[in-house]
Amino acid sequence: MKKIPQKVIHRYLRHDKKFPHVWCPGCGIGTILGDFLRAVYNIGIPKDEIVMVSGIGCSGRMPVYVDFNTLHTTHGRAIAFATGIKFSEPRLKVVVISGDGDAAAIGGNHLIHAARRNIDLTIIIINNSIYGMTGGQASPTTPLGDYATTAPFGSIEPEFDLCKLAESAGASFVARTTAYHTMEARQIFEAALNKKGCAVVETIAQCPVSYGKMNQQSSAIEMLKWQKENTVSIKSFDKLSPEKRQDKIVRGIIVDKDREEFTARYENLIKRLQKNESSKEKSKQQAGENQKKSKSKSKKEEKK
Amino acid sequence: MIKKSKLRGEFFMQGDIACAEGAIAAGCRFFGGYPITPASEIAERMAYRLPLVDGAFIQYEDEIASMAGIIGASWAGAKPMTATSGPGISLMNENIGLGMMMETPCVVINVQRGSPSTGLPTSWGQADMMQARWGSHGDYGSISLSPNSPQEFFDLTIVAFNYAEKYRLPVFVVTDAVVGHMTEKVVIPPVEELDIIDRKYTNKKPADYRPYDPDDDLIPPFAKAGDGYRYHSTGLTHDERGYPVMSEECQRRCAKRLVDKIKKNADDIIITEEHDIEDADVVVVSYGISSRTVIPAMEKAKEKGVKVGFLRLVTVWPFPEKQIRELSKQIKGFVVVELNLGQVVLEVERCAAKHAETKLVGHPGGGMHKMDDIVNAILEVANEQ
Ligand SMILES: Cc1ncc(C[n+]2csc(CCOP(=O)(O)OP(=O)(O)O)c2C)c(N)n1
Ligand code: SF4
Ligand SMILES: [Mg+2]
Repeated sequence: MKKIPQKVIHRYLRHDKKFPHVWCPGCGIGTILGDFLRAVYNIGIPKDEIVMVSGIGCSGRMPVYVDFNTLHTTHGRAIAFATGIKFSEPRLKVVVISGDGDAAAIGGNHLIHAARRNIDLTIIIINNSIYGMTGGQASPTTPLGDYATTAPFGSIEPEFDLCKLAESAGASFVARTTAYHTMEARQIFEAALNKKGCAVVETIAQCPVSYGKMNQQSSAIEMLKWQKENTVSIKSFDKLSPEKRQDKIVRGIIVDKDREEFTARYENLIKRLQKNESSKEKSKQQAGENQKKSKSKSKKEEKK
Repeated sequence: MIKKSKLRGEFFMQGDIACAEGAIAAGCRFFGGYPITPASEIAERMAYRLPLVDGAFIQYEDEIASMAGIIGASWAGAKPMTATSGPGISLMNENIGLGMMMETPCVVINVQRGSPSTGLPTSWGQADMMQARWGSHGDYGSISLSPNSPQEFFDLTIVAFNYAEKYRLPVFVVTDAVVGHMTEKVVIPPVEELDIIDRKYTNKKPADYRPYDPDDDLIPPFAKAGDGYRYHSTGLTHDERGYPVMSEECQRRCAKRLVDKIKKNADDIIITEEHDIEDADVVVVSYGISSRTVIPAMEKAKEKGVKVGFLRLVTVWPFPEKQIRELSKQIKGFVVVELNLGQVVLEVERCAAKHAETKLVGHPGGGMHKMDDIVNAILEVANEQ
C-alpha cells in the first residue's frame, strides 16, 4: 500500500478558503472529509475530474473547502443535481455529500431512484442522527426514544436503516463506517470511488452539539467511544451469537455487486440506435446505387 | 426514424413537438422532466430525438429532481431544458431560485393548463404569469417568452436558449395547452441559418478565474466542470469567488446584480409586435393564445369607427415598461386581454397610471374570450369622457 504523506489533505483544500470553517469543535464531519481526501489521494483521481455536490446542512458545507469542482445546492436535491452532471458528462467523477436529513427525509426519493437506476455516483451520507445545522431537530435516523428539540419526550418514530434502504433500491455498492474508524473509512471510500455504479456509504458521525447534548453524550470523545463499542465489522458480526448481535451496528462493505450502470446503458442505447441509423442509411444508399446500376444497365441494353 | 439533427423543411406539426425541435435546433442536449398534461409530448419527443443527436434524456422521479438535474447538466456544460405545466412549476420553484442564484443557463417550458391546483389538466389558461415572474422566493430578474402558435413555439424556444446562455439564468417559455396541442404549419430552417448564441466561457487562466466576477454587461463568464477551473457555486449569498459571505454588503451586491443584469439589458430582451399603434386611441395588450382573439376583435372595433391598435407581448418578462409608459401619454386607454382574472394587467396599470386608463378583459381559462367582450371593452374605453 502507498504510504500516505502527512498533511496530504492540504493539497486538496482550497488555499484561500481553509479557515475558519463552520463546524463545531468535536464535530465528526471534518474527520470524514480527511478520510475522503486521503482516499482520493490514494487512488490518484485528478482534482479537475472530481465534482463534489452537496445539499444543505452542516455536512453540506463540505464542498466549499475542497479544491474540486464544487456545487452547494438545495436541501435534499444534491443527488438529483449530481445525476444531471454525471449523465451529461459521464467522464467526471461525481461525489455527493449529504446529511441524514438531506438524504433520507427531504431527499429520500432521489436516493431511492439513484440506487434504482444504479447511476455512477459516490454518495456519502454523514449520519449524525439529527438535523445539526438547524439546531437539533429529529431526523429519520434519530433512534426511537432518543431526544431532539422536536422530540422533547423522546422520538416516537422508528429510525431508517439507510444501508438496507439503498440495498433494496438497487445500489451496486453499499457500506457503513464511522468517524471513529478512520482507516476503514478511507478504504471504504476508495472502494466506493472505484465502483462503477451507485455507491452509497453511510458514515456515522458524532454531532456533540446538536445531538450529544440532548442525549447524555456531550463530548466528542464519549461519542467516538460509543461508535467503537456499538458497531462491529461485518466479519465479526457473522461470528456473534444471535443475542450478541442485537444492538450492534454492522460496519464494512455490505453490498458489492455488478449491475449495469445507468450512463453506460444509455451509451449502449445511443450506439444501437445510431448503428441502425447508419445501416439503414447504407442499405438505402446501396438500394439507390443498385437502382442506378440497373438503370444504366437497361440504358446500355437499350443502346444495344 | 428521423435522421440526426438535420430536421428541416415545412411540417404540419404540433406545438409541443415544435418546441422540442426548437430545443434540438438550439443545441439542447439534456432534457430532464416528469410527465404532465399538456406538456408530456415535449418529453416524449425529446426521449425519441436526443439519443440520435448524442444528447441525454432522463425521466426523473419528480419535477423537483428535474429542475435540479438540468441545473447540474448545465454546470457540466450542456444546454438543458425541462418542460411541465403549473403543478410542476410549483414544485420546481425552489430550484428555479437556485438556478437564478447560481446563474445557470437553462430553459423551463410551462404549457399552462386551467388552474389553480390540478385545475383543468387537459384545458388551458394563462394564470401562471405572475408565478413565472415571482415564483421562487427572493429578488431576481427573470425572462418569460409567450408564443401564440406552434411556429412561434419553435422560434421562441431557440430565443429562450439564446437568452439563457447570454444572460446566464433559467428562461421560461410560458405558453398554454392550445398552443401546445394545436397542429399548424411549422417551418424549420436549416441549422446554419439559425442564430444560435452559446454562453461566454472565460478566457482567463484557472488561477485568475473568479466564477462570479462579472464583465461590463454584468454577466460573469462561465467555466464548466472538468476544464480545470475548479469553481465553487452555491445558493448561499456569495462573493465573486463563489464563496459564501453572510453580510449585508455582499447580499446587496449579489441580489442586486441578479436584478440589474436583466433590467439593464431589457431593451435587448424585450420583443413586442405592434399593429396600428401610431394614431391609436385605444391599445389592446395581449400575449400568447389570447392574442389570437384580439385581431378579429380589433377589426370589428375599427368597423365601428374606433382607432384601435394592438401591442402583443412576445416577451412578457421583463415587462416592456418604457413602451407602455410612452404609449400611455399618447392614448386614451389600454384594454388587456388575458386568460386569467387579472395578472399582466397589473403591470399595464402600474405603467399607465398617470396618463391612461386600463381595462381588463379577463377569463378564468378553460375557454376563450368572446370576441364581443373584447370589442365592447375597446368601445367603452374609446367612448369614455
Ligand atoms: C427546503 C428546505 N427546508 C428546510 C431547510 C432548513 N434546513 C437546513 S439544514 C436542515 C437539516 C439538516 O440536517 P441533515 O441533513 O441531517 O444535515 P446535518 O446538518 O445534520 O449535517 C434543514 C431542515 C432548508 N434549507 N430548505
Ligand atoms: S451542529 Fe453538529 S453536525 Fe453541525 S457542525 Fe456542530 S457538531 Fe457538527
Ligand atoms: Mg444530520
